[in-house]
Amino acid sequence: MKIKITICLLAFIACFDFQTNAQSVEIVKWDYIENLMNQKSDTLYVINFWATWCAPCVKELPYFDRLAAENKSAKLKVILISLDFKKQLESRIKPFVKDKNIQSQVVVLDEPNYNSWIDKVNPEWSGAIPATLIVGGNTATPLFFEKEFIFTELNEIVKPLIK
Amino acid sequence: MKKLLILPAILFLFIAAAPSETGFKVGDKASDFNLKNVDGKMVSLAGLKNTKGAIVIFTCNHCPFSVAYEDRIIALHNKYAAQGYPVVAINPNDPVKSPDDSFDAMVVRAAEKKFPFPYIYDVDQKVASVYGAVRTPHVFVLTREDNAYNVAYIGAIDDNTYEPENVQTRYVEQALDEILAGKKVTTNFTKAIGCTIKWKS
Repeated sequence: MKIKITICLLAFIACFDFQTNAQSVEIVKWDYIENLMNQKSDTLYVINFWATWCAPCVKELPYFDRLAAENKSAKLKVILISLDFKKQLESRIKPFVKDKNIQSQVVVLDEPNYNSWIDKVNPEWSGAIPATLIVGGNTATPLFFEKEFIFTELNEIVKPLIK
Repeated sequence: MKKLLILPAILFLFIAAAPSETGFKVGDKASDFNLKNVDGKMVSLAGLKNTKGAIVIFTCNHCPFSVAYEDRIIALHNKYAAQGYPVVAINPNDPVKSPDDSFDAMVVRAAEKKFPFPYIYDVDQKVASVYGAVRTPHVFVLTREDNAYNVAYIGAIDDNTYEPENVQTRYVEQALDEILAGKKVTTNFTKAIGCTIKWKS
């Protein structure tokens, strides 16, 4: 009986977790990123810019989830900023997040005038994705990478930056 | 192990940075090309008749940004070709990495959309490399001086890919209108937004 209840409860939690995850994708504006870049907490934010149509982005997404999973108790937060078209939130982005079982927080950036904000993330950014911004934690200034990561490399960069 | 990891990273950065660093800047002389059009004929800048320049656009079939801009590229050609600035669309992508961008697929797409401009195939990717194109779509507005071509604008078509009704600034149109009015191009460079060009490995 006890086992049955536990299984039921676990199944419920798993299901619940899964659903909230799949449905919590929000549309954000530039100030969301600006606030992350200006935050002064000890938490290290690993912010990845991606899109469902970008093959190298999709390939590296699991590495970001793994990074978060392996540092669950550390002051680390992974945020995946989708540059997909916001009108595809229900038809494409949410189903994608659900299918790929993405655990990290996903938000959709609604700032179609890229030339108005990409330089503020980093002047060297060409606008290509995947791109990754690392702020907070032990970073002195934000770190920016316009490249596709493999897990070991991402891990080696991030580990020493966690407070 | 560390060294092994760093080496590919450096190589990657070098490869990624190389085309844009060696490419044309605004004010440079642009080189001509001679590439196969979807109708099988070769197209070069010099071969275009009665032009004052050209709107060279590196684009492709598969990229959602390129697709989103197809109708606006057609509109650009329809507006400016008669004024001496036709569109020349160039697909630079490696069909091995991006099968939807093969020459045969270009022929199909050009027919579907009834492209009124040449859609030519940069088969060895040399033109994209020389121009310093990194995205699709990536625009180079050229002005003509006898048989020489000057780069007058490099970048994006406008400032809103997916909501044409919400575009604030039409960079290419603005540049062309200024050129046609004999004025200096005020915004002569923007960062082109779109897919990365799929280079051969």
